[in-house]
Amino acid sequence: MSGHSEQVAVLARRAMLKTLRQPFQLFPIIFFPLVLLGVNASGLKAAVHLPGFPTDSYISFAIAVAFIQGAMFSLINTGTNLAEDIETGFFSRLSLTPMHRISLIAGMLIGVGATGVMQSAVYMLIGLIFGAHFDAGLAGIPVVLVLGGLVAVVFGAIGCAVALKTGSGEAVQGMFPLFFMFIFLSSSSLPRNLLKTGWFHAVATWNPVSYLIEGFRSLYIFGWDGPALVRAFAVTFGLGVAAFAAVSWAMNSRMQRT
Amino acid sequence: MIFLSVVPEGDNGITVEGLVRDFKGGVRAVDGIDLAVAPGEIYGFLGPNGAGKSTTVLILTTLLPPTAGSAHVAGLDVVKDGPLVRRAIGASLQESALDPYLTGSEHMRLQAALHGLGRTEGQRRGVELLERVGLTEAAERKVGGYSGGMKRRLDLALALVHRPRLLFLDEPTTGLDPQSRAALWEEVRRLAGDGVTVFLTTQYLEEADVLANRVGIIDGGKIVAEGTPAELKAAIGRPSVEAIPADPRERERLAAALERFGEPAAASPNGAAVRLPAGVGDLAEIVRALDSEGLAIADLRLHQPTLDDVFLEKTGRSLEGGGEKQ
Amino acid sequence: MSAGTTMQVARAIAWRSIHTYVRRLDLLIPSLAFPLIFFASFAGGLSALSDIPGFTFPAGYTAFQFVFVLCQSALFAGLFTAFSLAFDFETGFMRRLMLAAENRRGIALGYAFVALTRAAITLALITTVALISGMRITGGAGEIVALYLLGFLLVLVGYGWAAGIAFRFRTIQAGPLMQTPVFLILFLAPVYVPLELLEGWIHTVASFNPSTAFLQAGRGLIAGVPHDTALAFGCALGLIAVFTVWTLTGLRRAEAQR
Repeated sequence: MSGHSEQVAVLARRAMLKTLRQPFQLFPIIFFPLVLLGVNASGLKAAVHLPGFPTDSYISFAIAVAFIQGAMFSLINTGTNLAEDIETGFFSRLSLTPMHRISLIAGMLIGVGATGVMQSAVYMLIGLIFGAHFDAGLAGIPVVLVLGGLVAVVFGAIGCAVALKTGSGEAVQGMFPLFFMFIFLSSSSLPRNLLKTGWFHAVATWNPVSYLIEGFRSLYIFGWDGPALVRAFAVTFGLGVAAFAAVSWAMNSRMQRT
Repeated sequence: MIFLSVVPEGDNGITVEGLVRDFKGGVRAVDGIDLAVAPGEIYGFLGPNGAGKSTTVLILTTLLPPTAGSAHVAGLDVVKDGPLVRRAIGASLQESALDPYLTGSEHMRLQAALHGLGRTEGQRRGVELLERVGLTEAAERKVGGYSGGMKRRLDLALALVHRPRLLFLDEPTTGLDPQSRAALWEEVRRLAGDGVTVFLTTQYLEEADVLANRVGIIDGGKIVAEGTPAELKAAIGRPSVEAIPADPRERERLAAALERFGEPAAASPNGAAVRLPAGVGDLAEIVRALDSEGLAIADLRLHQPTLDDVFLEKTGRSLEGGGEKQ
Repeated sequence: MSAGTTMQVARAIAWRSIHTYVRRLDLLIPSLAFPLIFFASFAGGLSALSDIPGFTFPAGYTAFQFVFVLCQSALFAGLFTAFSLAFDFETGFMRRLMLAAENRRGIALGYAFVALTRAAITLALITTVALISGMRITGGAGEIVALYLLGFLLVLVGYGWAAGIAFRFRTIQAGPLMQTPVFLILFLAPVYVPLELLEGWIHTVASFNPSTAFLQAGRGLIAGVPHDTALAFGCALGLIAVFTVWTLTGLRRAEAQR
């Protein structure tokens, strides 16, 4: 392994361990999405009786949201950890090494991606235990894990951008309600064709999170829905481009100050 | 700064007997303290960090119950009569405990309201006290923008809003510039002159020496010495002479030469010192003796006893710099 | 010199906390925005649920969800006020209050006033938005007054629980401990559909959950079809009594620093 790759690998490992060893970071990632899933799957079970509802298993419909909620927590944890590194001066110390500055972030995000894959596996397992049907079969499992990892990386990059720009963990935490709002104003609870309220339907249609949710969901309730998967990966890619551009811009301003 | 006269009513002394405070993990922060502060006295509570000064203040101000022993403030039991004790006392504690989003005026208004002052009187008192501590111009600014010194001054003003009979000041001049420190000392003297009893904790020797009528020295949760500054210093006794040789290798010879003039005393690592039995009159003789022995001296100092010497004598450690006795 | 009575202390504390609350946009905006987001996503995004066979509610789905958002906002107003109380312990400001207040129960009472005031601001906002969005009210004036009265009782329920935790732990790190039980109790109830349309374990849990009584009573009042009103008020008053003891014993522990 080249020296460069080794440094990135070390940082990736550090990022993963930092999350896995902090219960108060790990707990929300695992606990909240699954509790919300349990509560909503039960509370909204009757929705399957609506004409046009695409499945008779609400948990299979709703589990997709857990992946996105988990990714939101990745955003907060990644941003908070980087902000902490900035506040303690650890980031400055890394910046003084020969490592390319984008590699500093890349190492962190690779770690986030690996954590994202692990948390996706946990959600899948818990979902299957509680009766979610996974119509895409064995071949669909790596797709879920890859998409879960990529979404975590993209959201983590957004968190990094906020941390680099503000240098403050508190500011990152303060963005949490704003980002969580995107989940609420989407097709998280009902499919878009059953969103009766005009303005809500429009917002959900423009909301990129709707397409991410629908991508995961399609693997559960339709098996292989090409257009839905293409849209999900395209949105992930598009958000990724925007997020990395934001990281680069924020990094320039942070390193300039340093 | 001038404060209005405070009319003391009733007992405004402090009595402490066998006071103990334990914390989790077996830490005994206060270990059987006995002390008495007379009404109208300025009592200096001197000790290093971690000695138990602030814990004692927290107990006397009813913010922490004691584990054992008793304490009476203004004639009232701090445990049984907490609310009445709080009516009689004011306190400026180590952390200023200010809300960064409130202005100085708003703090005064809050404090006045908490103490039951009517709106008009509270406002008047607030304006008066802010003027006295020199914060009139900053009164409408949020405290988050105040300097450390301004925060301490505001804290003191807040402690006085209800005209307390006793005042607790926990390291009040820490972080202040010399001018602000001197101004605060002046205010403490005036308050005492008006009959307010002041219990002052400090780690600054000069502060205790200059300000306090009596000083209690605390270390490891126990009072190791108590008395007026003059009494404490006189108990240690006489002045000492310290000499530092030009050649460090001559230190032993220097010490032997000095011993003819008095008992060995604490000295810096490179020097030697003796305590003079007959006042400072021997100083010239000492210089002649060292000269006749051919000892080249880099520095020669005459020390009057200080409270640090008292602390050193009682504990084996210096209060300032933490050096060990030699 | 007269001392600060309990009520004087309470008023002074309430004045200061409200003053700070309206100045701090980082506190004010999320406390107003979150209920609005919940209202928009539930009333707007889930309105199709009213088409489920067996779902009958005279006032319409918007009013149905408005009651949930009202109850949730009320409980969380109490909760977030206790967060401020815990934060005051962490910053040392509580020491000033403990020192100055002759009767320290005034401190607990003062923060209760703060919770009620914060709730009043939030409820006024969401009511306005709900009415503008076309919410129908088919209950009478007396019933609507009772609805808001129930809401204010729930503020004290939320505050009482969380304040007891805040006095005991004296740190904002206890936030999840304050929040999680309230969150679970809120959501293990007929949030999205009436109790009769819940299925499985959640129906059993919700049947015993006091939150169900609050929601059903509130919905009955807004619809003009009173249902379990006495039970809801009884539960609320009972919980307030229990949590008052919980808070005051917590205050004693804070005084003793245990």
